[in-house]
Amino acid sequence: MATTTVTTNEVPQRRVAPTGLALAWHRFKKSLRSPTPYLTVFGIFLWFFTYWLLCEGLQLPRFVKIPGPVTIISEWFSTNPSQGISIFTPEYYHHIAVSCRRIAIAFFLATAIGVPLGLLMGWSRAFHDYTFPILETLRPIPILAWVPLAILMFQGYETPVIFLATLASLFVTTLNTMLGVQSIDEAYFRAAGCLGSSKWDVFKHVVVPGALPYIFTGLQISIGVAWFSLVAAEMVSGDYGLGYLILSSYVNGVTVPMVIGMLTLGFVGWFTSVLVRMIGDRLMQWHVRALALQGR
Amino acid sequence: MNIAIPGQPSPVQGLAPVAKPTRGQISIKNVTKIYDPEGVNVMAVDDCSMEIAAGEVCMIVGPSGCGKTTLLNAIAGFHSITSGEIRLDGELLCGPGKPKADQGADRIVVFQHGALFPWKTLAENVAYGPMVQGKLSKKDALEKAHFKLAEAGLGDFGGKYPGEVSSGMARRAEIVRALINDPAVLLLDEPYRAMDALTKSIMHESLLEVYDRTKVTIFFITHDLDEAIFLGDKVYVVTTRPCRLKKTVEVKLPRPRNFEMLSSEEFRVLVSEINEAVHEEAIKAFQSGEREMA
Ligand SMILES: Nc1ncnc2c1ncn2[C@@H]1O[C@H](COP(=O)(O)OP(=O)(O)O)[C@@H](O)[C@H]1O
Ligand SMILES: [Mg+2]
Repeated sequence: MATTTVTTNEVPQRRVAPTGLALAWHRFKKSLRSPTPYLTVFGIFLWFFTYWLLCEGLQLPRFVKIPGPVTIISEWFSTNPSQGISIFTPEYYHHIAVSCRRIAIAFFLATAIGVPLGLLMGWSRAFHDYTFPILETLRPIPILAWVPLAILMFQGYETPVIFLATLASLFVTTLNTMLGVQSIDEAYFRAAGCLGSSKWDVFKHVVVPGALPYIFTGLQISIGVAWFSLVAAEMVSGDYGLGYLILSSYVNGVTVPMVIGMLTLGFVGWFTSVLVRMIGDRLMQWHVRALALQGR
Repeated sequence: MNIAIPGQPSPVQGLAPVAKPTRGQISIKNVTKIYDPEGVNVMAVDDCSMEIAAGEVCMIVGPSGCGKTTLLNAIAGFHSITSGEIRLDGELLCGPGKPKADQGADRIVVFQHGALFPWKTLAENVAYGPMVQGKLSKKDALEKAHFKLAEAGLGDFGGKYPGEVSSGMARRAEIVRALINDPAVLLLDEPYRAMDALTKSIMHESLLEVYDRTKVTIFFITHDLDEAIFLGDKVYVVTTRPCRLKKTVEVKLPRPRNFEMLSSEEFRVLVSEINEAVHEEAIKAFQSGEREMA
């Protein structure tokens, strides 16, 4: 029995976990107290400074030909770009839109084929035995090596490019999904069996949700792979798109739009990958909350 | 006796005593199980026989790696047996011509490391059995699940995911998930092994409360002699590998059990009696020097 009253300092007592905007604000405030945002800003500054120093500051011999950050940024945001591409030219957005559309189609196809394929491969031993050797043989072949075949197989610009991007991300998605199923603890299958599940119940309630964390990791990688294979494909066969912009600028000797194309590609690719992760987190509240409790 | 946790509905008290249990009688006759990994025969269970009465709390005690889990898995239908037979309430589960039992909701396992689906909330986990068996609609199953969780003192946790609650809570929810199906037998494979002593005693209390309420047959594997005697009606000491019945000890402590019994003279006599048998086997197991598996 406690007989003395201990006076404590005022400790704020939060009983309900914040949600939505309040949660975002809470996270933002918390992050300001950690070194992360400052280091990030400093890091970006440092990289830009090095880049500037090499190209425009010291004008080192091999770097003079490369457009420096000041040139790039002033051109990128110029209303009247001397080399034809800036955020004020409709052409710029056309390139982005064309690439995004191709990625959307390729990523959708790869996911629609790869996830079911991977689930089956992980779940059914026989199906795995039929398909795994073929998958493993095709997977290491670089996407560029497929380009001639794709051009022979399909007509026009659009289909071969989409085919190549689909192919690249298909392998990643399939493999990760399969590993996801194989990573599920046997105990869950047994528990489901005890509780009277049919095969379909096991598939729906154990195989799919159990593999989901791996699937989404796979999708994040696969959308990145889709981007770089798309660009490779656009360089060879294309009329528009960021890959085409990069290569045609190089061929025409205008290096500034080339670098603008590269940076744009990086940002858009990053953004799509964040989008995939957000969708994953939405679908896997259980996973997110468990990780949050571990302080991650 | 029940655990008073403030702000939570306490387990339902004073239910009409359950009539003498008629379900869940297990008879294990001359069961042998030989594993055959990579051409080397490992005999895990050899000619093992046991008779477990309906509504009995049967505690299996034996050294690590002796074949206890193998026996439980055979009853649950996770793998086949090599010879012998196992019957539940007279009906053949596995035996000649049918090496592997069908899995079914009449025998439900609670796993050592817990196997609540991490992607379902506690309530969804509990509702899972009745839902997939088509006994209840999803909505009714969830409603019943919330009720059953509240009955077990977990009323506030129905919406949480297993990763968000303590291991003790998760294990209790897992038992609720099993019992909602009204099984004939509950199979527990060292369910409290990884827990600290305090959590363990709370687990014992709640399992005893569940047993007094349902009188379900319990097949419980453990290392812990105190646990075996405190919970069990009978303690079956099995030999080191291959597993065979060495000694049966009846525990005549009255029910409901309480913690004072742990320090009674009768309890101490039982401990030393069982300890002697177990120790002998433990030494044999130790001398064989095999690496134990969980
Ligand atoms: N799938 C298996 N294949 C081969 N040997 C196994 C397998 N499972 C268990 N064993 C062996 O059978 C013996 C008994 O294992 P188990 O039943 O898990 O023991 P316990 O649960 O009593 O600790 C051990 O020696 C173990 O190595
Ligand atoms: Mg075991």
